[in-house]
Amino acid sequence: MIFEIFSHLPTHWHYLGCITLMMIGLYIAISRGNLVKKIMGINLFQASVILLYVSMGKVSGGTAPILIEGAESVVYSNPVPHVLMLTAIVVGVASTALGLALVVRIHEAYETVEEDEIVALDRAEDERALAVEARDEREVGAAEGSA
Amino acid sequence: MTDGLSAVHEVAMSPRDHLPALQVLLPLLGAPLCFLLRKEALVSAFTVAISFACLAISMALLGQAMAGEVIVYEFGGWARPYGIEYRVDITNAFVLVVVSLVGAVVFTAGPGQARRAIPEGREYLFYSAALLCLTGLLGVTITGDVFNVFVFMEISSLSSYILIALGRERRAIMAAFSYLVMGTIGATFLLIGIGLMYQMTGTLNMVDMAQRLEAVNETRTVLVAVAFVFVGISTKLAVFPLHQWLPNAYSEAPPIVSAFLAATATKVAYYLLLRFSLGLFGAALVFDRIGVDRLLMPLSVLAMFVGSIAAIYQTDLKRVLAYSSIAQIGYMTLGLSLATEAGVAAGLVHVFNHALMKGALFLVAACVTWRMGSTKIDVMKGLGQRMPLAMAAMVVAGLALIGVPGTVGFVSKWALVSAALDQGALWLAFLIMGSSVLAVVYVWRLVEVVYFAEPEIELEAKEAPLRLLLPTWILAGLTIWFGLFSGFAVEVARAAATQLFTGLGGGL
Repeated sequence: MIFEIFSHLPTHWHYLGCITLMMIGLYIAISRGNLVKKIMGINLFQASVILLYVSMGKVSGGTAPILIEGAESVVYSNPVPHVLMLTAIVVGVASTALGLALVVRIHEAYETVEEDEIVALDRAEDERALAVEARDEREVGAAEGSA
Repeated sequence: MTDGLSAVHEVAMSPRDHLPALQVLLPLLGAPLCFLLRKEALVSAFTVAISFACLAISMALLGQAMAGEVIVYEFGGWARPYGIEYRVDITNAFVLVVVSLVGAVVFTAGPGQARRAIPEGREYLFYSAALLCLTGLLGVTITGDVFNVFVFMEISSLSSYILIALGRERRAIMAAFSYLVMGTIGATFLLIGIGLMYQMTGTLNMVDMAQRLEAVNETRTVLVAVAFVFVGISTKLAVFPLHQWLPNAYSEAPPIVSAFLAATATKVAYYLLLRFSLGLFGAALVFDRIGVDRLLMPLSVLAMFVGSIAAIYQTDLKRVLAYSSIAQIGYMTLGLSLATEAGVAAGLVHVFNHALMKGALFLVAACVTWRMGSTKIDVMKGLGQRMPLAMAAMVVAGLALIGVPGTVGFVSKWALVSAALDQGALWLAFLIMGSSVLAVVYVWRLVEVVYFAEPEIELEAKEAPLRLLLPTWILAGLTIWFGLFSGFAVEVARAAATQLFTGLGGGL
């Protein structure tokens, strides 16, 4: 089965490129703690899908899908995947813009864009709240005891 | 080209024929109009009017679909497979009603707590984001074109990230960001799956694709497509191991937003799961050949228990509700994993019922936030005497969550248990009961704090404003109404399941 996959390589090498890029993007999005790098990883992931679609539209020996008047039996590439990807690019730009806007807001609120530092800040906040609660309870208990 | 178009339009279309297009176009056009109206009172009245119009349209569509008609709307008169078409059958008409019903009721309550995060005089932005979210969810549900599904899904997701980021604390922004990362990855997985399906069939139209997929069912490309589509949709649906984004997103978002999203977004994702697995790939491929049901069943059962147990240990009302959502999604996917008509019907009934009760409960959270400024369970001590009406609504919806007879929860549990027993899976019926017992624990914990705990601070009795209380009680009332008169939902869900199992190609 492994050999079968390799035997397709000479004709299907573009898939290998797409998948490599896809995995790099996904890995960055998962493994990096820096929020800006996460966004970049997702961008790479989306770009690889765009390449996947565009490579799908290629018909071997096909020319650009612009109607040539009078010419018979011309092979055209499939334009539909390209058009779909125009929409996907718009969607990608919108989600990147929104993601970066959120990063700016996170930076304003936490003064860092590192995920582990943000988690630590949130945890410290929780512990402070718990400590305040425990102190209140002790005070109430002490007041009841003296009364 | 214009000649061709006018030829198509020679048959005069009545306004009734345009209902499927209006269903999505109304909120889509309403969103930018909010910018022009600006004044909050105007914008909010406008939003409510639009969402009620959507509700009316979806009910009209459901009426037509139940009459046995499959409504096909071709945009610009371009027929399949070239044009984009909207296609309404019983299943998606039913989901359209759920989404627009919750939308109409929740939007009536206004931005609520989100108001604090919005600069003075910019409230109209909240309403346009909400309308865009509604547009996306309705669009995903109604469309008959797989690429359209992706685009509408991203419209709804992007606007829901904005809405979630409006939460009170800074954690809300982080929750929205994590959701954005997970959501975008999920949507891109779906996009890859759709690409592979397109590659094998050369069409994007669902009906066309379903027919052509049958011939290439055995190819590895289609098997890979199934995997990508399932992982992508499961991320959006928060199926058990992919649920991490949900508790943070729903508990940090303003309660009104959680009420809307918890009751609609996951339901639409569940619809997509049904549509892709039964409609496009077909039960033969998904269940018999790949055995998705054998994977989905343990995951659903795990979700039911992990979600409910986690809900017991939460200290915040909204977090309890968010974790309970994961368990409830488990019931829905369990219905699908039974791979029978009765199972899918049970899942669909629960879509409707869970939307009602979870919407009501998150609106109660909105009332609590309005009164106490927080939804920590500690601050809710003794609220039963201070906000009797809001807390009574919580009890009603909580009983529905447990599945007490007379509420909608009982209807869906009954349907699910009898579907499991039909399969001879007695153990599964016991597991469903077992997780309901866990629901008793977390709901009772809330009831105990609200009615039997001594309040720490003295507060005068004061109900939430009518604008919050009325939507809460509409949803809570509906959980009882449809619990007592369950005919409607059960009948529609059964018809929908039958239609789903005949497949898209067969339904023509």
